[in-house]
Amino acid sequence: MSFVRPQFRHPHLPKNELGYTTREYEGSLSTLCAGCGHDSIGAAIVQACFEMNIEPHQVAKLSGIGCSSKTPAYFLGNSHGFNTVHGRMPSVATGANMANRDLIYLGVSGDGDTASIGMGQFVHAVRRNLNMTYIVMNNGCYGLTKGQDSATADMGSKSKAGSVNPFEAIDLCGLALELGASFVAQSFSGDKQQLIPLIKAAMHHHGFAFLNVISPCVTFNNNVGSTKSYDYVRQHVQATATMDFVPPATEITTSYAEGADANVTMHDGSLLHLHKLAQGWDPSDRMSAIEALQRSRMEGKVLTGLVYYDDKGKDLHDVLNTSARPLNSIPMTELCPGSAKLREINAGLQ
Amino acid sequence: MSACNDFVVRFANVNGTGSASANYLFAKSIFRMGIPVSPKNIFPSNIQGLPTWYEVRVSEKGYLGRREGVDLCVSVNPQSMKQDVQCVKPGGYFVYDNTKPLADELVRPDITYIGIPLMETCNREYTDARQRQLFKNVMYVGALSALLEIEFSVLEDLLREQFAGKEKLIAPNVKALQLGIDFIHQNVPYPLPFRVERRDLVGNSILTDGNSACGLGAVYGGATVVAWYPITPSTSVAEAFHSYADELRIDADGRSNYAIVQAEDELAAIGMVIGATWNGSRSFTATSGPGVSLMNEFLGLAYFAEIPVVLIDVQRTGPSTGMPTRTQQSDITLAAYASHGDTKHVLLFPSTPTECFDMTADSFDLAERLQTPIMIMSDLDLGMNDHMCEPFHWDDARTHDRGKIYTAEHLEKITRYGRYLDTDGDGIPYRTIPGAHPTKGSYVVRGTSRDEHAVYTEDSAAYKRNMDRLTKKWETAKTLVHAPQRYQEKYVSKLGVLFFGTSTQSAEEALDLLREKGHVLDALRLRSFPFHHAVSDFVASHETVFVIEQNRDGQMRGLLITELNVDPHRFISVLNYDGMPITADTIMQQILSHLPN
Ligand SMILES: Cc1ncc(C[n+]2csc(CCOP(=O)(O)OP(=O)(O)O)c2C)c(N)n1
Ligand code: SF4
Ligand SMILES: [Mg+2]
Repeated sequence: MSFVRPQFRHPHLPKNELGYTTREYEGSLSTLCAGCGHDSIGAAIVQACFEMNIEPHQVAKLSGIGCSSKTPAYFLGNSHGFNTVHGRMPSVATGANMANRDLIYLGVSGDGDTASIGMGQFVHAVRRNLNMTYIVMNNGCYGLTKGQDSATADMGSKSKAGSVNPFEAIDLCGLALELGASFVAQSFSGDKQQLIPLIKAAMHHHGFAFLNVISPCVTFNNNVGSTKSYDYVRQHVQATATMDFVPPATEITTSYAEGADANVTMHDGSLLHLHKLAQGWDPSDRMSAIEALQRSRMEGKVLTGLVYYDDKGKDLHDVLNTSARPLNSIPMTELCPGSAKLREINAGLQ
Repeated sequence: MSACNDFVVRFANVNGTGSASANYLFAKSIFRMGIPVSPKNIFPSNIQGLPTWYEVRVSEKGYLGRREGVDLCVSVNPQSMKQDVQCVKPGGYFVYDNTKPLADELVRPDITYIGIPLMETCNREYTDARQRQLFKNVMYVGALSALLEIEFSVLEDLLREQFAGKEKLIAPNVKALQLGIDFIHQNVPYPLPFRVERRDLVGNSILTDGNSACGLGAVYGGATVVAWYPITPSTSVAEAFHSYADELRIDADGRSNYAIVQAEDELAAIGMVIGATWNGSRSFTATSGPGVSLMNEFLGLAYFAEIPVVLIDVQRTGPSTGMPTRTQQSDITLAAYASHGDTKHVLLFPSTPTECFDMTADSFDLAERLQTPIMIMSDLDLGMNDHMCEPFHWDDARTHDRGKIYTAEHLEKITRYGRYLDTDGDGIPYRTIPGAHPTKGSYVVRGTSRDEHAVYTEDSAAYKRNMDRLTKKWETAKTLVHAPQRYQEKYVSKLGVLFFGTSTQSAEEALDLLREKGHVLDALRLRSFPFHHAVSDFVASHETVFVIEQNRDGQMRGLLITELNVDPHRFISVLNYDGMPITADTIMQQILSHLPN
């Protein structure tokens, strides 16, 4: 079966600065289960890109394999996409990014795709501070292969079939922090209010932006006893702060209260305004971020919001000192040294 | 055994003692005297301490394959001395360091011993410990130059070139040479019955290794993204690319027109290549058998999703870790059908560094033209040894063939773009590069089945149409890949010989040896897979075809049987799989065993 979204367009849909409606940011019709958290994240991506006035073709969307990794077909239909192999999206994103530094790279993955089969590649993409947004749609299970526990399932969490997970969960945010990630955030697919500004901030970040989004699997892991169910997350969510994302060179119209708030100015001049900060947490302090994550975990809570942010890091292009021009745009005539040079090389080998 | 310009010298050293540059000096000096040489490293999988050998064949007739039997062995490694004494042919010579006396058990009555006090002399002449070690090596080169009549001025010139910019090092090196020469002149009858004599047989040939040539070919081929994971014997491909690019690919503002990523493993390396080429760059990876094994899943994706990939496989002795520093042609089956499902890949078989350069550069065109992986099947012998070969050539009028790409301009004129439409009837569709057009030409690349417009589908008919189009593309590939090398205008025999890659030099020599014995066989050198039509023609025109290759199972023979659908009895394998390069002698013996006397 193939699914194509109906062509009907609502005549009064609002347009963004580029003259596009949200329709220009949508993809084909989703084939995921009704109510799947992944679709909400896809919708948040559409909304974030629409609001940020991103040219859709300037985004390259990539994924691995899984229900979550299918979603690039369902958002940003005018963007090129690459549904790679299971767990290997980071390497394809790395190569793509090396070829053209000017596109915006948006990778989506699942908890199986990232925390199990793809752990090696994930870890190294973080370590290289690859300039991309990496979203894990985390449902604590393998949706596409019918609900097996994943490595992010919490110890003691109960599957729909009733078995209890006996293993420690891998905390992807904690791991990313440990590896030196420069942007770490956590959110919940059911919290658009928080998710959209976080996606915006992640896409504006220069370097590796990691976004772990709890995304309930309604079919296999939304039962009582599961720690990745809608009910559990709603009851245990604990935010680092509420936030607004202010794009670069935009006049700040809201006046924010002093004291309890924090402003984070990003690489490109955009601003993250954080208010209602959780106590003892500072987004620029890795230690306090690690502590906040650990504490909420101990208390069985789900810490959401911006966990850590640092914009001073060099991305992989900075480290490799590559040309300011996208490598894929340099003409072959310039890349090929020509016959005279080759004669010189020959002479050295005679 | 009196022979001019026709002998084999073997050096036995300890790995990590700086012998490589002295041994190279020896080989290069003979090359500079206009005489064909072929040096081969036989080295352990170890960084320091284990035995290593360097074997130089000198051949007036220009035979560059390995030859069995050592005429002169220089052994400066006590650990391997027993073995080294045994390798010398009866009537041959054994050169050793007589600072310590030779053990009785090492004395053979049928060879001549030449003891040189290398350690004693160098300890006396030099104070620095490292220099004492290094100059022992240069001193034996000096001694050999006296024994074999290598021109001193040639050696001196080479030292000058080697130490250009570090002139202080020239004098002590020349002195070490002289110490060796003086010792021979005063103590040993010279020259030996076999020696070198200046010739004009190398023309404008160059002496270089296949890996450097691949690296350089990739620079010329326009590669900008390199992803790799270290593995012998392929490592020096990426390193060569790096050092050439560092000189030839720097922007006016000092920034690099290339990116090299040392990946976390081979899975990631090939993934990076796929990402880069999808995004419009030319990109390659270099690896060896274990890496290709890991890359299988991605190679299937690249085949099915039609992504250009260039992969240089420098083969070594398998299976598993096998003998990682020995040579073989044993990844043929693996590479041809890498990955699950119905996959087939284009393979190129270079036989010289010149061809490594050409085929690497060509492979970027082929990969983009065919939108599929191209694997260059080199091996340790070709990649890591110096070979005398034709100089590199580049035609400045040549344009890089980027294959079928729809740009924004093209897309403007199309109502509905279909990524997998066979618009031209050759099985090759048009691709688009991410970012090309705001509203046209985008699609999701996937390894799952899809229709002509890249829309996911599980419709059997659409799946089958796509697979059949890929078969059509495979047929098109046959017309684009490198044609085999023919050795005769007209077939003269019912017997044919097929070979490829580094079996070539020894196969050619074997054909000469057989001719001298009255057996004239037709020959063809394979240069690519899928097999060119000229290969099917050759096979059809001969009753029996000998297939020469360096693996146990006759992998190329298997490929020929399967792909050409020929009666297996018509192919006879001629094999060598002990990790050493195949010799002409073994080829001749194996073929003779099948011929009536
Ligand atoms: C190499 C390989 N092994 C196994 C699979 C089967 N497989 C497909 S999706 C999946 C798990 C996906 O889990 P996750 O990434 O959490 O995605 P979700 O479906 O939960 O969104 C597995 C094991 C595969 N496609 N490839
Ligand atoms: S199985 Fe679970 S993860 Fe997959 S689409 Fe259904 S709800 Fe979503
Ligand atoms: Mg999952």
